[in-house]
Amino acid sequence: MSDMRTPLAKVRGLGSAKDGTTHFWRQRVTAVANVFLISFFVILVIALQGADYASFTEALQNPVISILLLLVILVGCLHMKLGMQVIIEDYIHSEGLKLLLLMGNIFFVSIIALSSVVAVLKISFGG
Amino acid sequence: MAEFQLPKNSRMGEGKVWPKPEGATNVREYRIYRWSPDDGRNPRIDTYYVDADECGPMVLDALIYIKDKVDPTLTFRRSCREGICGSCAMNIDGTNTLACTKGADECSHEIVKIYPLPHMPVVKDLVPDLTRFYAQHRSIEPWLKTTTPEPEKEWLQSYEDRQKLDGLYECILCACCSTSCPSYWWNGDRYLGPAILLQAYRWLIDSRDEATGERLDNLEDPFRLYRCHTIMNCSQACPKGLNPAKAIAEIKKMMVERRV
Repeated sequence: MSDMRTPLAKVRGLGSAKDGTTHFWRQRVTAVANVFLISFFVILVIALQGADYASFTEALQNPVISILLLLVILVGCLHMKLGMQVIIEDYIHSEGLKLLLLMGNIFFVSIIALSSVVAVLKISFGG
Repeated sequence: MAEFQLPKNSRMGEGKVWPKPEGATNVREYRIYRWSPDDGRNPRIDTYYVDADECGPMVLDALIYIKDKVDPTLTFRRSCREGICGSCAMNIDGTNTLACTKGADECSHEIVKIYPLPHMPVVKDLVPDLTRFYAQHRSIEPWLKTTTPEPEKEWLQSYEDRQKLDGLYECILCACCSTSCPSYWWNGDRYLGPAILLQAYRWLIDSRDEATGERLDNLEDPFRLYRCHTIMNCSQACPKGLNPAKAIAEIKKMMVERRV
């Protein structure tokens, strides 16, 4: 079926979503937070290089380290979710597949984030 | 999915090699994209030789030389020949620019390659179909919008507020920037692209306009505005030396500003 809508009707489409700024702002906030959090994470990994399991768990039982590590996970995963969402929206043009992948992105990030959080909490509470 | 390969009927082949001008000593070679809707053939690249001593210095001069003296079927748009109408926008030597302001000497290769603006439907040879681009411009309502009754003489604007339009009003809508933008290539049906967003900002920042909020509402969309990923091809391509990427960044700042 040929599309006989005018060019302007096609461009206006379904109208503005009046959204997108939340996503944009969150991506910037998480990016700025990650500058500090990822630096902390790299320093932590270097500091714990070659350490045995006992000294590793001891470090994670320090509340400052475990809280920062939880932030690394949560902020990092949120940033990853926002970034992957943009990539899917950019390159996937079949509506069905796009919806599936956008959902899959949320599921994947939720599982990664929550499993990592549980692991950190378990160790930091001495588990 | 985004397409990374041209469709079968768009893949280019070798075209005709046209004869060299007789007796010429200063010859420049041009390879030009040819496609006609009438013959059912795939696009091809024709090779032309231009006597540089017999033609002006710009790439547009060479195209006119070819059309006049070698091959009258070569099709391209041109009008003002001084970088103000935007008609002769095309991809020359790997960059979108205006044929009339691009010197043949400025090209980085001995052989000058010329294609139509990328990723737009081709009408014929170097003529792209810009219907959607113009509709997108129409969609941002590029005119002064006011509710206050019109003053008797004119809408006043301070010298400082007028200066804010510098670097924006000069845009000639040649589409060099939009068609250089990968985001516009992949999502040109929903993303407005750098040229239109620069135009939108021109009206957003106009102190006489009373529809700023309404204009921002119209742009606030994950696709219309936020497909810009600051790739910056637009600012690099602009033959008028404007900075569409900065205009887009200013719109994003306005979006954040009105909610934090």
